[in-house]
Amino acid sequence: MTNCPNEVVQYMHEYLDGEIAPEQEQVLNEHLATCEECQKLFDELSDAVALLELADPMQAPVGFTEGVMARLPQRTQQKKKTGVNRWLRKHPMLSAAALFLILMSAALFSSYNTNEQFSVTMQPNLIIEGDTVVVPAGEVVKGDLVVKNGDLRIEGQVDGNVTVIRGEKYMASTAVVTGNIEEIDELFDWLWYKMKTAFKGLAPDKTENQDTE
Amino acid sequence: MDELINKRINEVLKGNQDSFEEIVLLFQNRLYHVCYRMLGSREEAQDIAQEAFVRAYSNLHTFDQKRKFSTWIFRIATNLCIDRIRKKKPDYSLDAQVPGTEGLDMYSQIAAAEDLPEEEVERMETQERVQYEIGRLPEKYRSVITLRYMEELPLQEIADILDLPLGTVKTRVHRGRDALRKQIGTM
Ligand SMILES: [Zn+2]
Repeated sequence: MTNCPNEVVQYMHEYLDGEIAPEQEQVLNEHLATCEECQKLFDELSDAVALLELADPMQAPVGFTEGVMARLPQRTQQKKKTGVNRWLRKHPMLSAAALFLILMSAALFSSYNTNEQFSVTMQPNLIIEGDTVVVPAGEVVKGDLVVKNGDLRIEGQVDGNVTVIRGEKYMASTAVVTGNIEEIDELFDWLWYKMKTAFKGLAPDKTENQDTE
Repeated sequence: MDELINKRINEVLKGNQDSFEEIVLLFQNRLYHVCYRMLGSREEAQDIAQEAFVRAYSNLHTFDQKRKFSTWIFRIATNLCIDRIRKKKPDYSLDAQVPGTEGLDMYSQIAAAEDLPEEEVERMETQERVQYEIGRLPEKYRSVITLRYMEELPLQEIADILDLPLGTVKTRVHRGRDALRKQIGTM
């Protein structure tokens, strides 16, 4: 190739790239026709390209896409988030109630555990016997009565609701309670009771029934 | 095509992850093919091609929708392939020049697969032989040759993918072809 024009090899590559100008292609062809060495080089380069062109196209393996989707960051987190968002948008009232319940639960759980002491809503005509509160026969207690961590024995009359939290309630034959009677023993009942009292300010209490025994 | 892809991209950006699945389906074969030719292993090709999609997903907000998505995803994939190739042989001094290799450093030399005995090469089936020869190319040439001949991409697009000047890509295609010619010629 000592007598060959310098640009001939460059023209070969331009030809193989499909970027050769017509005049240069003519120069290349004329030279190849007269130069065995350059023709051999050109044939070898063409063979190399021909080998590459034998390569079969390939398909991604089965499950490729699923694999990608599984590898995407925070997939489950994002799904949950959008799910909750959608739910909140659909149910604004329920969401508010749920949020309230969560906050109340957190606050009340601690008060349920810490308020272990005996306590009672003090009314003038009540009698306390140790941990037992007595509504004496013939007496009328006006207002709600709540006994916590103690028992309640009713012989007289209560004009209001009666609630006994973690304690026993005894009703004598003469007992009269004009409001609701409730006994709360479990944590859930306790929460429910607190919820109801908290809601009382928001919604009127419809259940006004007499309970006598 | 680009319009459809941009539509899907915007859906993904709005939080609809399922739209990304369509993007993967559109490009998975091409991306897997390029990775396989660069790495020479089906397992690694799947791993790297999948990783490329994951990276694309994570950085989707940075994609300029005025550009071609294929160029962008091919760039991510080829960069990952090149990283993988370089990590395979960490013992060499990578910046050392190799004598008689026209300014190539170790980066481009280490990638070449080990030569096999002549008889073994002659027994190879066509597809095996093609991949063997591509695998023996230095990494610098292997990426341009793969994009040029496996994907049949225009030189300018290859320049965009590899973030190289067009002239450099042309030179590498020429040298890659010549390297391949010499490999085959010595058999
Ligand atoms: Zn000549």
